[in-house]
This record gives sequence, structure tokens and C-alpha cells, in this order.
Amino acid sequence: MTRFIFNRLLQSALVLAVMSFAIYGLMGLMPGDPIDLMITSDPKITSEDAARLRALYGLDAPISERYWHWLSGALSGDFGFSRMFARPVFEVIWPALANTSILLGLSFIIALMIALPLGIIAAVRPYSGLDYGINLFVFAGISVPPFWLALLLMMLFAVVLGILPAGGTAEAAGASGFWQGLKYLVLPIASLTIASIGGHTRYMRASMIETLRNDYIRTARAKGLSERQVITGHALRNALIPVVTIIALDFGYLFSGALVTETIFAYPGMGKLIFDAIMGNDYNLAMITLLFATAFTLFGNFLADVAYTWLDPRLSFGESDQ
Amino acid sequence: MTETVHRPQALLWARFRQHRLAIASGSLLLILACISGGAPLWLHLLALDGQTVDLFNRFQPASASHPLGTDELGRDLLARLIEGGRISLLVGLTAALFASAIGTAIGLASGYFGGRLDAFLMRCTDGIISLPLLPLLIVLAAIDLSKLGLPEAVVTSENASLYRICVIVALAGWTTVARLVRAETLALRERDFIRASTAQGATSLRIMRVHILPNLAASIIVATTLSTGNIILLESVLSFLGLGIQPPIASWGNLLTNAQELIWEAPQLAFYPGALIFVTVIAFNFLGDGLRDALDPKS
Repeated sequence: MTRFIFNRLLQSALVLAVMSFAIYGLMGLMPGDPIDLMITSDPKITSEDAARLRALYGLDAPISERYWHWLSGALSGDFGFSRMFARPVFEVIWPALANTSILLGLSFIIALMIALPLGIIAAVRPYSGLDYGINLFVFAGISVPPFWLALLLMMLFAVVLGILPAGGTAEAAGASGFWQGLKYLVLPIASLTIASIGGHTRYMRASMIETLRNDYIRTARAKGLSERQVITGHALRNALIPVVTIIALDFGYLFSGALVTETIFAYPGMGKLIFDAIMGNDYNLAMITLLFATAFTLFGNFLADVAYTWLDPRLSFGESDQ
Repeated sequence: MTETVHRPQALLWARFRQHRLAIASGSLLLILACISGGAPLWLHLLALDGQTVDLFNRFQPASASHPLGTDELGRDLLARLIEGGRISLLVGLTAALFASAIGTAIGLASGYFGGRLDAFLMRCTDGIISLPLLPLLIVLAAIDLSKLGLPEAVVTSENASLYRICVIVALAGWTTVARLVRAETLALRERDFIRASTAQGATSLRIMRVHILPNLAASIIVATTLSTGNIILLESVLSFLGLGIQPPIASWGNLLTNAQELIWEAPQLAFYPGALIFVTVIAFNFLGDGLRDALDPKS
């Protein structure tokens, strides 16, 4: 098991290293460069000045050299300054990370609390009216454009009913206190939750139906256990194995969801930071936020693999990494 | 003795017909395709025009001359929706077919040749699956095409944003098909009829084209249908964020870009385009589901 985990971690580190080069290269392909931005803010810079500045900052060097320079800085803990915030990038990232953790964590838990029971209910009575209804809901959940859902919620609760704010944070609005803060979280959490319930419910239902076909379930029923005991005592734990894996794999989609939701609700988290950094040509910040999102996603995949081998003792560790 | 002979197509149709939602979805998509495909004709017949700016008639409610009202520049909303649908469906289908072609080629090569090639291709596929999709697509959508050394005419052409979005979305969407095709190719490769044709001296290319690909058709069709919905969603998200299809070309996604600031004045502007995306995507999902039930003998 230790060896398996080690190999898997090594693999993730390799992907991360390759991605850091790829992202760095893509950044170089974005319109303009830092000197162009200086020229826009100071029209007195001549083209000779610009060339001199490019040489001074090493921007005329080939991409591999510039990447090496960035990497050696990054490895010694120097990730550079954010252009938009005029602060070291790490000072910008921490608060955003805290905000995103609250948003993603809460919506993740709420989504599971709704989706798993729904999936089980649907699986216990397959092809019933209830199953049919849940199935419709699932399809609606995976087909709804997440940004449109957010707009609809905003229209209903902020414009028509006027009971919740349309976006932003309590601090920005000058309000304080726990409940005020919570008010600003309701709509982003609701839209993220609704968007992810569909998929989770679907996996849970499929896995539960599969599990209930097993012989040991028939045995459990034959010895007179109530249906409730059969489900919770015998079927549930086995049915959860594939679900846990798929949910861990979905970690990556969390960032995509956060990007859209946070941008719409002007919620100051990592998703909005990534978007703003790319749009605002804040290269250092974009680089590090994108790498962070990649690392987070890779970690989710790593967890999925470990969880899978750990939960299912039939899998041998040696085989799964060959 | 009379015996009715069922042709496979008839059986398939009988199974598919039971899936009422899939039938309804298929019909709906056909209607949408007809409306979008004949957009110029319909707009001419309805005497509507989505391009004319009329600043004296902004945010008009529904009326006889503007069946769904007007937008922030006084353009007719229904006409914009029809033109947008034409682009959204066209881009969605093109990108889905493109993605499915890439996925099929990679999956076939990987499954048929096996060995190191398989290991390499599948590692790449896993790597792409384990990346944060949307943030990276946004970077791809933001890069300056002229720095890639593409000819000036392509970069500055009016349709550049269309080509770019098709390529970007297809690059992200091929993995599911590749994995599916690989898995089925692996299983088929060991079957006797493949061995027989190898023994007869058929080339790899011929075996893949004549013997393997037709057997994969059903799965590829289902996967492509299901992924078309996702790809339309992805395109609409990117266009909504201002990175996909660029105005003045209308798409359902970019019709929503301005709608957010206008939800207080004109909530209907935010409602219709999103509702159309939703209906289209759910129809593709139901259709794919129905096709899978009909084509998969195990179900």
C-alpha cells in the first residue's frame, strides 16, 4: 500500500510539473506582455525603452529560460507580485482560499446529504413513480446551465422577493455578524449544490441497484431482516465504494463550478481570482492560481485511487499501478 | 407455420419507441434544428431582424411586432434567439463530432495496437481528465492566436471565435469516447472473426475499418449524443464569460452575458436564452439515454 501511494504521488507530481510548464507557455501566448502594460500606463516610453526593459526583465529570452527562472524562484518560495493587487501573490491567495473552502465545503456536504438519500430511495423502488420523478430531477440537474441557474436564483430571491443580496460579501456591504455573512452565502451555495446533486444521485442509484442484485442481499432478506436493515446494514457500505471514488474524481469539477458561481455572485474566492487574474493579465497570480487548481484536482484523483484500493480489499495494490 | 422475422432495425425501433421521453426529445431537437437551419427564411417570413439597433425601443415588452420584446439595444429578442440557436447548435454539433472523431481515432489505436502506445495514450487521457477543465479552457480561449503563428486572415476573420471555440471544446471533450472505444476494441480484438481476418492477411487498417469500427458504431453514437449536450453547456459557459463566441455573432451563451447586469430592468432577457440551452441539453441527454437503452443488448 505504501509503495502504491508513493508511486501514485510521484505520478501526480510529474503531471503537475508538466502542467506548470504548459501553463507557463500558455501565459506567454496571451495577448500583450508586462511591458505592453507599462506602455499603456506611461505613453512616454519609446520603443527603444521598451526593448531595453524587455531585455532587463529577461522577456526577450526563450521560453525555456524564462520558465527556468520562474521555477527556481518558485521553488525557493518567491512567486512574485500580483500586478492587480500590488502585493505578493500568496498574500492575495490565502483569503480567497479561505472563502472558497467555506463555499465549496458547505455545498459539497449539503449536496451529498440530499443526493445520497435520493439515490437510495430511487434504487429501492426502481421504475416506480418516485424513481421516475427523481430521474427527471437528476436529468434537469445535469442539464441546467450553472450560470443560468444562478441568474434565476438571483432573479427570484434578490429581485422579485428581495430577501437575499444579489452578490458580494457582507464586508463589502459594510454589514457584519454571522447571520449577515451567511445571507451572502445562501445563493452561491444553493446554485453550486443544485448543480452537483444530479450527478451524485445518479451514481448512488446505479451503484445501489447493482449491489441489491447480489446473493448476500437475498440471504439477508431470506433470514427475515427488515428491508431497512438490509439496505443500511448490508447494501449501503458496499454500494458506497464506487460512489466515493466518483465523488473524489468530481473534486476537479468543483473548481470549474466555483469559477462560474463566484464570478456571477462576485464572491471573493479562488474561482473569481483565477478568472480575474487571467482577464487582467496578472501573470504571476494567474500562474499560481491555475497551478493551485491543478494540484487540488490531482489530489482529488489521488484520493479517489487510494480510497478505491482501501475500501475494496479485493484489489491488490501491486496490480493497480502497473 | 408462420414465423415473423424481425429485422434488427425493426427491433431497435420498437425498443427505442418505448422510451417516450427520448422520442419527445428527438422530435424537439428536430424542430429546433429546422428552426435554426432555416433561420434566414423564418426571419424573413416573420419580418423580424436581429441586427437592427433601435435605441428608442429598448426593453420593449412582447408585442405584435416584437413577439418576445426587445433587448438593451432595441433589437428583436426572438430574432436574436433564432440566430443564436443557429450558432449554438452548429458549434455544439461540430465540436461534438470533432471530439468524437479524435476520441475514436485515439481509442482505436490504443486498443488495437496495445503495448507502449496504449500505455502512453491512456496516460495522456488520464492526465487530461485529471485537470481543472474550465480554468484551463479559459486560458486557451484567451491566448493570442497571432502569437501561435497563424495567418493574419484567420486570426482577424469574423468567424475566428467560432473556429477557436470548436477546437477548444473538442480538445477537452474527446476523452470519454477514447476510453469507451479503447475498452470495446480491446474486447473485440480477441474475437475469432478478427483473428480469422488477420490470418487471411488483412492489414491492421483494414481490420479496424471493416471489422472493428462498424461494431463500435452503436456505442459511439450514444456517447456522441450524450457529449453533445455537455459540449453545448461548455460552449455556453465560455460564451457567457465573454470568452467564447464574440458579438456581434449571437449565441445563446453570449446573449446572457449582458443579461446579468440587466436582471432588474429586463429579467426576460436572462430567462429565454438560458431556458433554450436547458431544453436543448436535456433533450440531448434524454435522447442519448433512450438510444443507449435501445442499442445496448444487455439492458
